[in-house]
Amino acid sequence: MKDKILEVKNVYANVEDKEILKGLNLSVKKGETHVIMGPNGAGKSTLGNVLMGNPTYDVTKGSVKFMGENITGEDADKIAKLGMFMTFQNPIEVPGITLSNFIRSAYQNKMGGRIRIFEFKKKLKAAMEKLNMDPEYADRDLNVGFSGGEKKKAEILQLLMLKPELAILDETDSGLDVDSVRTVSAGVKAYKEETGGALIIITHSTRILESLDVDYTHILVDGKIVKTSDASLVDEVNRDGFEKYE
Amino acid sequence: MKEKTRVDDVDRSIYDIKNKDKDAYRFDSGLTREIVMQLSEEKNDPMWMRKFRLKCLDMFNNMGFPQWGPAIDGLDMDNIVTYVRPKDNKMVADWDEVPEEIKTTFERLGIPEAERESLAGVGAQYDSELVYHNLKEDVKAQGVIYSDLESELHGPYAEMIHEHFMKLIPPEDHKFAALHGAVWSGGSFVYVPPGVKVEIPLQSYFRLNAPGAGQFEHTLIIVDEGADLHFIEGCSAPKYNIANLHAGAVELFVGKNAKMRYSTIENWSKNMYNLNTKKARVEEGGSVEWISGSFGSHVSYLYPTSILAGRGASSEFTGVTFSGGGQDLDTGCKAIHLAPETTSFVNTRSISKDGGKNTFRSSVVVMPQAKNAKASVSCESLMLDSISRSDTIPAMDIRTQDADIGHEAKIGRISDDAVFYLMSRGLSEEEAKALIVSGFADNVSKELPLEYAVEMNNLIRLEMVGAIG
Repeated sequence: MKDKILEVKNVYANVEDKEILKGLNLSVKKGETHVIMGPNGAGKSTLGNVLMGNPTYDVTKGSVKFMGENITGEDADKIAKLGMFMTFQNPIEVPGITLSNFIRSAYQNKMGGRIRIFEFKKKLKAAMEKLNMDPEYADRDLNVGFSGGEKKKAEILQLLMLKPELAILDETDSGLDVDSVRTVSAGVKAYKEETGGALIIITHSTRILESLDVDYTHILVDGKIVKTSDASLVDEVNRDGFEKYE
Repeated sequence: MKEKTRVDDVDRSIYDIKNKDKDAYRFDSGLTREIVMQLSEEKNDPMWMRKFRLKCLDMFNNMGFPQWGPAIDGLDMDNIVTYVRPKDNKMVADWDEVPEEIKTTFERLGIPEAERESLAGVGAQYDSELVYHNLKEDVKAQGVIYSDLESELHGPYAEMIHEHFMKLIPPEDHKFAALHGAVWSGGSFVYVPPGVKVEIPLQSYFRLNAPGAGQFEHTLIIVDEGADLHFIEGCSAPKYNIANLHAGAVELFVGKNAKMRYSTIENWSKNMYNLNTKKARVEEGGSVEWISGSFGSHVSYLYPTSILAGRGASSEFTGVTFSGGGQDLDTGCKAIHLAPETTSFVNTRSISKDGGKNTFRSSVVVMPQAKNAKASVSCESLMLDSISRSDTIPAMDIRTQDADIGHEAKIGRISDDAVFYLMSRGLSEEEAKALIVSGFADNVSKELPLEYAVEMNNLIRLEMVGAIG
């Protein structure tokens, strides 16, 4: 399976000695869109954090392979350089560096080599337009004083600029108004179209999915994937909830 | 961050290059009447200064070492050389006339380049004497004086200097003020005439090259009524295994409705005892702003003081102190409100790592006549590991009911979530932490001219990445 980019095998993971993931399996091929749904506390965000290499989470068993490399227990920066990206539910504020300079250095880190400032600014401006972002945000300190919606947009802006092989969207749509969800969703769609990258969308709601083609939907309950199906599962969950899986 | 700029390539090695001092003229170590008189002779001091130095020496000998701050046992005055100058030194206003080796040192530190690009005037001191002093013609034409104190003692401003010299920082202040009075050498004299606004900053750079030496420069600045000045001070030294001492003095006289901003980036080597004294006196409606970045030295005692003497005078202190392993930095500031409607603001950050020790010490005094005074002190500390230490000692002495006083202190650690967030974008752990620390210190960096802000962030990165990698 050459185009398999992510393979999660029987992963068990703890946070502060509490077992959250209990034998999780998942595989993602190039360009696929996977949706992860599940009740609160099932381990959805833990999955994202484990994949991205958050050191707060301990993988006690199993393995994660990404882009052909074993990344179990690897540092987040190495995983990012291999082409994984995750949007955060609560992006942190970093005074002292502008959004633009931050993305530029992350971009250079990932792509290697330097990008000319003029060329970079042009790309950044185009991406910001897609997200209806006020260009003035580029020169503001990273996430400092951004509204919830602007922070989420700034995350999607980084997604558009960094063009990862696999993007994990962790509850990107939560707390956003209808218009912002639409904008964010359009941004995610642009990412898919421009890069052919794969997506893992962790979500409670379906609004963000409206303009995207979903290949697989997984139900995550108590640390395991209990059901996998196509996009139609999303509607079913919306109708019936998770009760019958719990 | 790989944001390249001209100063991005600084690393410790630039500060650490030592020049041999075979060509230097130096006094014997220790402190005696003979040495002080020899210094007066060397400098051709006027009679009052000769007497003053000897008076200060007596006071120094009769005063005890401070008992309340970091230990200074490692400092033995018998081993400190009070005066070292390049042989056949003369101060010039042309870099090409500065001795080659010394010129190269300042070039490495980026001083001549900064002068061309962003400064109105530069003074460069090497050990005990100035080797270079220059002021742009258009600033000179406005009547601004920027020179070394020694030559001005024999010039038209001699009387003005006599009236002000060590009046804000009398030798009675403390043992090292007395020491300074006895052996001061070098530094700058600045006078800005009434109403003159100096648009771009002046800078003095102090480089201590000689091992086991002391640097005792005196900076005296008088900003007359309604005038405006930004002065930048930079300091560095290569590292030696024996103690070096810096006991400079800065006296700022800020006239009615005048504005003075005094910025310092201090990067002494880690064998330095930095026992420096800075004071400003601000008249009615005037303001002083201190911007202070303390990175180097083994031990520091540093508390810039603002005396708010006239109605509506104000002071603002913005500082950051970074202590790494083996450093014990006791820094802070003082504000003394002597008149109504005076205001003082203090905003400091301190960072400690690898067992470094930071003490923030402040004192706000509001006298009974200072009705409607306003003071606010805010300090935040960041400890990067569990072996480092941070203390906060704010003192307030408020003697009127009609004052508005606030104080806020916070101590914290770098959040793991923040580091993970930045690493998830491809930054290494060191880079992520350096970025967070730079951001934490941005109260200071955003107040500095761009080149200095970049240099400061480079120093932070150097401290951060050096220790982890």
